[in-house]
Amino acid sequence: MTLVLSLKAQPPQRLDLSPLVPHLLKDKSAKEIAEIDLATTKEPAKVGDIFRVRAGSVDEIRFDGGSERFDNLGAESTTGRVVLTGDAGSNVGRKLAGGEVVVTGHVGPYAGSGIESGRLEIIGDAGDFLAAPREGELHGMSGGTLIVRGTVGDRAGDRLRRGTIIIEGDAGDWLGSRLVAGTLVVLGAVGLNPGYLMRRGTLALANPPDLPPYFVDCGAYFAAFAPAFGRALKPESAGAERFFRGALRRFAGDMSVLGKGEIFVPA
Amino acid sequence: MPGITRNGVRIDDSFAEAFPMRGTALLITGPNRKWARQAAVTMTGFATSVIGCGVEAGIDGDVDPRDTPDGRPGVRVLVFAMSSNELQNQLTNRVGQCVLTSPGSACFADLTAPDELKLGDLLRYFGDGWQISKKFGGRHFWRIPVMDGEFLCEATTSFTKGAVGGGNLLICGADYESTLRAAEAAIEQMDKVKGAIMPFPGGIVRSGSKVGSRYKVLHASTNDAFCPTLRGQVATELDDDLNCVLEIVIDGLTEAAVADAMRVGLAAIVKLGPKKGARRVSAGNYGGKLGPFHFHLKELAP
Repeated sequence: MTLVLSLKAQPPQRLDLSPLVPHLLKDKSAKEIAEIDLATTKEPAKVGDIFRVRAGSVDEIRFDGGSERFDNLGAESTTGRVVLTGDAGSNVGRKLAGGEVVVTGHVGPYAGSGIESGRLEIIGDAGDFLAAPREGELHGMSGGTLIVRGTVGDRAGDRLRRGTIIIEGDAGDWLGSRLVAGTLVVLGAVGLNPGYLMRRGTLALANPPDLPPYFVDCGAYFAAFAPAFGRALKPESAGAERFFRGALRRFAGDMSVLGKGEIFVPA
Repeated sequence: MPGITRNGVRIDDSFAEAFPMRGTALLITGPNRKWARQAAVTMTGFATSVIGCGVEAGIDGDVDPRDTPDGRPGVRVLVFAMSSNELQNQLTNRVGQCVLTSPGSACFADLTAPDELKLGDLLRYFGDGWQISKKFGGRHFWRIPVMDGEFLCEATTSFTKGAVGGGNLLICGADYESTLRAAEAAIEQMDKVKGAIMPFPGGIVRSGSKVGSRYKVLHASTNDAFCPTLRGQVATELDDDLNCVLEIVIDGLTEAAVADAMRVGLAAIVKLGPKKGARRVSAGNYGGKLGPFHFHLKELAP
């Protein structure tokens, strides 16, 4: 049986849920889990104050009921699965290093910030700075897979270094800003200035805006990479597979920096 | 050599003596079946024997587009060498000169084994700085810009130290036509065995060799005991009714693959019978002291 944490009532303050990940709860009883202190903004709180704990295997941790005050859900998790039914706050799956985190609702900013490996799926929308680095960090996401079925805010994929991000909805402005490498696919509409200061890496935009002048046209693209990559994405996103199966055009940029990045758009 | 007789075909009480090799498998795809095959044929050309070619290589079979990473027609190629270094050198040269150059090709690893060889990790430098690294589906690829678009190449492939080289059948017949017919019938069936290749031209070698020669520079020389025109001059292995011998050499990723190939080959020769095909089948060995793998014809016979 799965470990289930059912929300008793909407919490009155922000909560840091980072202790509630499989590798930190290993070999703990339901009673011990209920006694764990959660970092808050004002009043001290224990897991048992917020959730009803139903004991079970910690290979999968299920949160029944979410809140936009839940921060750091699944952060730095290394194995297993964390599933939350409902919404979550900022830093969902931040620095995820393995395993899987799934949120069925909407999440706040910095979802998937600095993911190293593993898989994060957000079925609702995500806020600004998806997968981006936090203050003072050099790089954002550095591996793994991040999927958002809804829309995302501005600066999604900032400083992405490795790994794949798929956004099935729309994306805001400055998508893939300062991209270092890696791949970012957006099936919906995209705001202003995608790929600003990107050095290497790939943006794939099914509904691109007018591309900024610092991207140069490289013409039609029909190499084997497109179908091979599309096939690899198929289990995650049929839309992404469809995009890479279609005729493509390649733009290179940002020419104001290294200029070895690329944007694929439908031909 | 007293042996057994099956459907009138004499099968010697002998065995093929085979050796451990390093082996790897690649999947080469192309824009259509013709060009996928062309890249594979070119890459496995001049790869009949490690004695003079460095590696032994051949086509294992076609791969359906539904089963290739890029959804295009593919061909599986096997490459065998005596050392890991030689395998690496030959692989780099052959993929670099024959697959990278072939129109529309892409090259993927196609073997799961613990040891690694570099593939795109070396060829990427052809991209002169424009190469692009991509990791997806748990695999690492290089995209190398070329004049028809891009060459997609997996960064590494694995190789097995458990490969077996030197399985063989010596097919002896009354005349040229019947012997070749038997050899071709065997090859047709052996080609269907997965994980094994017959590296000689069309799978068949007419110049089987023995170890050593009377000349210092040569490590191998003609197998005089099986040469019909020398039967009066040397200690011949041939009976009076045999006037032609063709050999099939088999390399496999596993001992079982070599045994399977020999088994189906032997069955095809036996099925054809001594009138249309071969009268006798033997196998080459060095007395059993050199190679650890012994494939006894009696155990493989139908």
